[in-house]
Amino acid sequence: MLGMVLKRLMLAIPSLIGVVIVTFLLTRALPGDPAAYFAGPAATQEAVDQIRKQLGLDQPLPQQFVRYVKDLARGDMGVALTTGQPVAAEIMSRLPASAELTLLGLIVSVLIAVPLGILAATNPGSLLDHTCRIVTTAGVSLPVFFTGLLLVYFFYYLLGVAPAPLGRLDVYFSAPPQVTGFYLIDSLIARDGETFVASLKQLILPAATLAIFALAPIARMTRASMLAVLGSEFVRTAKASGLSPSTVVVTYAFRNAMLPVITTLGMVFSFLLGANVLVEKVFAWPGIGSYAVEALIASDFAPVQGFVLTMAVMYVVLNLLIDILYGLIDPRVRIEA
Amino acid sequence: MTAATAAAIPNAPAEIPLLDVRDLTVEFSTRRGTVEAVKHVDVTVGKGETVAIVGESGSGKSVTSYAVMRILDRAGRIADGTITFGGVDVGKASEREMRDLRGREISMIFQNPRTALNPIRKVGHQIEDVLRQHAQAGADDAKSKAVAILEQVRIARPDERYHAYPFELSGGMCQRVVIALALACRPQLLIADEPTTGLDVTTQKTVMDLVVELTRERGMSTILITHDLGLAAAYCDRVVVMEKGRVVETANSHAIFSAPSHPYTRKLVRATPRLGVTLSDLLPEEEGAARTAARTSSRANGANGASHTTSSDKPLLVVEGLVKEYPRKDVSGGGGLKAIFKRNGAAPAPDAPPPVFRAVDGISFAVQRGESVGLVGESGCGKSTTSTMVMRLIDKSGGKILFDGEDIGAIPARQFARLPHRKRIQMVFQDPTESLNPRFTAARAIADPILRMGASMSSKELRMRCEELATLVGLPLEFLDRFPHQLSGGQKARVGIARAIALKPDLVILDEPTAALDVSVQAVVLNLLQDLKEQLGMSYLFVSHDLNVVRLLCDRVIVMQAGRIVEEGPTEQVLGAPAAAYTRELLSAIPHPPL
Repeated sequence: MLGMVLKRLMLAIPSLIGVVIVTFLLTRALPGDPAAYFAGPAATQEAVDQIRKQLGLDQPLPQQFVRYVKDLARGDMGVALTTGQPVAAEIMSRLPASAELTLLGLIVSVLIAVPLGILAATNPGSLLDHTCRIVTTAGVSLPVFFTGLLLVYFFYYLLGVAPAPLGRLDVYFSAPPQVTGFYLIDSLIARDGETFVASLKQLILPAATLAIFALAPIARMTRASMLAVLGSEFVRTAKASGLSPSTVVVTYAFRNAMLPVITTLGMVFSFLLGANVLVEKVFAWPGIGSYAVEALIASDFAPVQGFVLTMAVMYVVLNLLIDILYGLIDPRVRIEA
Repeated sequence: MTAATAAAIPNAPAEIPLLDVRDLTVEFSTRRGTVEAVKHVDVTVGKGETVAIVGESGSGKSVTSYAVMRILDRAGRIADGTITFGGVDVGKASEREMRDLRGREISMIFQNPRTALNPIRKVGHQIEDVLRQHAQAGADDAKSKAVAILEQVRIARPDERYHAYPFELSGGMCQRVVIALALACRPQLLIADEPTTGLDVTTQKTVMDLVVELTRERGMSTILITHDLGLAAAYCDRVVVMEKGRVVETANSHAIFSAPSHPYTRKLVRATPRLGVTLSDLLPEEEGAARTAARTSSRANGANGASHTTSSDKPLLVVEGLVKEYPRKDVSGGGGLKAIFKRNGAAPAPDAPPPVFRAVDGISFAVQRGESVGLVGESGCGKSTTSTMVMRLIDKSGGKILFDGEDIGAIPARQFARLPHRKRIQMVFQDPTESLNPRFTAARAIADPILRMGASMSSKELRMRCEELATLVGLPLEFLDRFPHQLSGGQKARVGIARAIALKPDLVILDEPTAALDVSVQAVVLNLLQDLKEQLGMSYLFVSHDLNVVRLLCDRVIVMQAGRIVEEGPTEQVLGAPAAAYTRELLSAIPHPPL
């Protein structure tokens, strides 16, 4: 098992090198001149040139790249020009916010979508099956910012049960001492019940928004994969042996149906993590998605590069986790690795 | 056997039968309305009796058994009739009662043992699931009982195999596990649905002998569902013959071969390849007679086939010291390779595994012009690897393949498809469905090799050629514009053959061309192949595990075992008076119906 993990990590190195090169080139190919942008509209040509020199943008591309890689090796992702903050620190503080939100959204989504998919597959063509299809299709059809705004309108504005959509914690609370960066976990570690409840309250609406969006792919994949497995011959054997419906569905069918569902989960997670910019905007969430978009608009190289690289690393780690999970579920995968 | 005893047999069991199926009708709702898969079927099985239900695909034999277990899929339902098992009305029993019956009173073994087991659960745990479901074992003794059952089905080292996953076991071993599952709770009735289809003859024999022994020992009743009349007659007391959802004949297994009363049974019996018959004997009487007459007259006229054999002394294909090696991954191996290791029976020594595995180990043989040579052996013996190398689809590791005097083995498989030689060696594949592009019509499939390699012709000429080929293989012209899913198995086989002969090859490799077909269709296809060979003067390399079929079609036979040739010679000699012990073993494993 350890050998497999190491082998997988080795395989990820070339793709990471590729990501470093491509993001570097892509950010350089972006329209707009950062030097002109920072010099301001009234700046003279000399001022712009001076800033360009300061940023090292006057040097040829290979030299810029070597400097970038050297910095990266030291864990230095550069400094964001718009804020003057080091990118690495900024990402490290914002990543847990995004990850906490996405993970919670995904967990909620899985808890609803997987049982829904199983029920739909065990009763195909039933009212439940059609309801499942309609609900999930609606969830994936509505843009997330719209679902988010709708939830805010109902639960905050009309009903007043949800707190104001203003970040990770109400202003009256201070963040728990940082351990994991996840407020829910950190507040539990600090044995601070009130902070836990307060941060959970802030999380519910944005997490629900993401969950509604993620329902469709997970539920549909669970249903399709369960239907295929339920029609297979070993399920027929299990039924012919008189095993109870719960054993047939859970032990025989579901474990086999989980493999494609896990693959989907990985894709949904990485998609949500990067693409929940809109949710972060609606709920004033200090995540990395909004950070990256702001940097992109400002033609600020360093944060964009840092963001893409972080996502690539996360993606590699995520795929590794999925492969390990595969190996745990399916003995055939374990052998082949 | 007198007519009186044969007639008395259908209602032989005087006491109340264990299973009594009366007037059973099963319907399936499809998009085109309801279809009756089983129509007014009566079957009885007495205590300790072994009954075979025989029929070709679509005869409703499996559906009948699923109805007895009440495990029909969603679209199917019992429309009419009663099923009584040990006094319980199966049609009216609650789902909970049925669950108690399944596995404990009636159990089933299935056709494909590999897919019949949960691929990601240890076989020992799967047996435990059944034991615990029926309260035959508790948490403390489940494991020891499961191991004991594995031992009863003759699985060596049951303690270790308890922890094995299905993919780590051979096909025969998996079937033993399925039998263990079925017999775990000592049921009264065992339904075996094609339990040995897809297994080698020797494995078939051990599996069937095991089933018979275990069921006799326990006084169990058995229903054997099969398409193989020989197997049914060899192992069962009574045979029920089904055709298109109806029972056409029920008779004692002795009577069914000696005095079949229904025309369909007669046709089936005739079509079953067996000792002492010729190819035309397989066909229905009138057709067969016509075929024999045609063949003798063409022989008398000194037809192409005979002249081809003598026209040149140089053999068409010579294989010398052919070797195919595969790198051995590691001791535990993976995927297909591993299956080959296991089936060979020789477990690789963990201390010093040889770096390579020899699938084909230095074999030499020749195929003359106009000759058909049978390449037989069990799965994993290297016969398919050999034929694929001769076909030039994979590269050899050593040795020579001389085709018409030229060493085609030296040409890399990648480049071979572009050379004119490709036209001269063609192949008919095992599965007629899988080997056709589902989006090509029959005409397009037949035209495919012509379009790729043949002389350029107008679309009209191409159509003419396709129709000519279709007529040659006996495919009605109106089927040319149909897609594979609109054709029957036999028709698809004909398309595959027409495609293979489209470029007038000299050598056709037939890879178990009839393995997926019903016996009556097989009879027709084998005759077709024989006729085509005589008309077109082709040579055949016929790869098969079915010795009875090889006997009918081939002039010479090569018997392979573990990558080597163990015996070679004229068909009558090798199969009539085998010299090698392995050939004798193969021959004795073929089920012989009592005659």
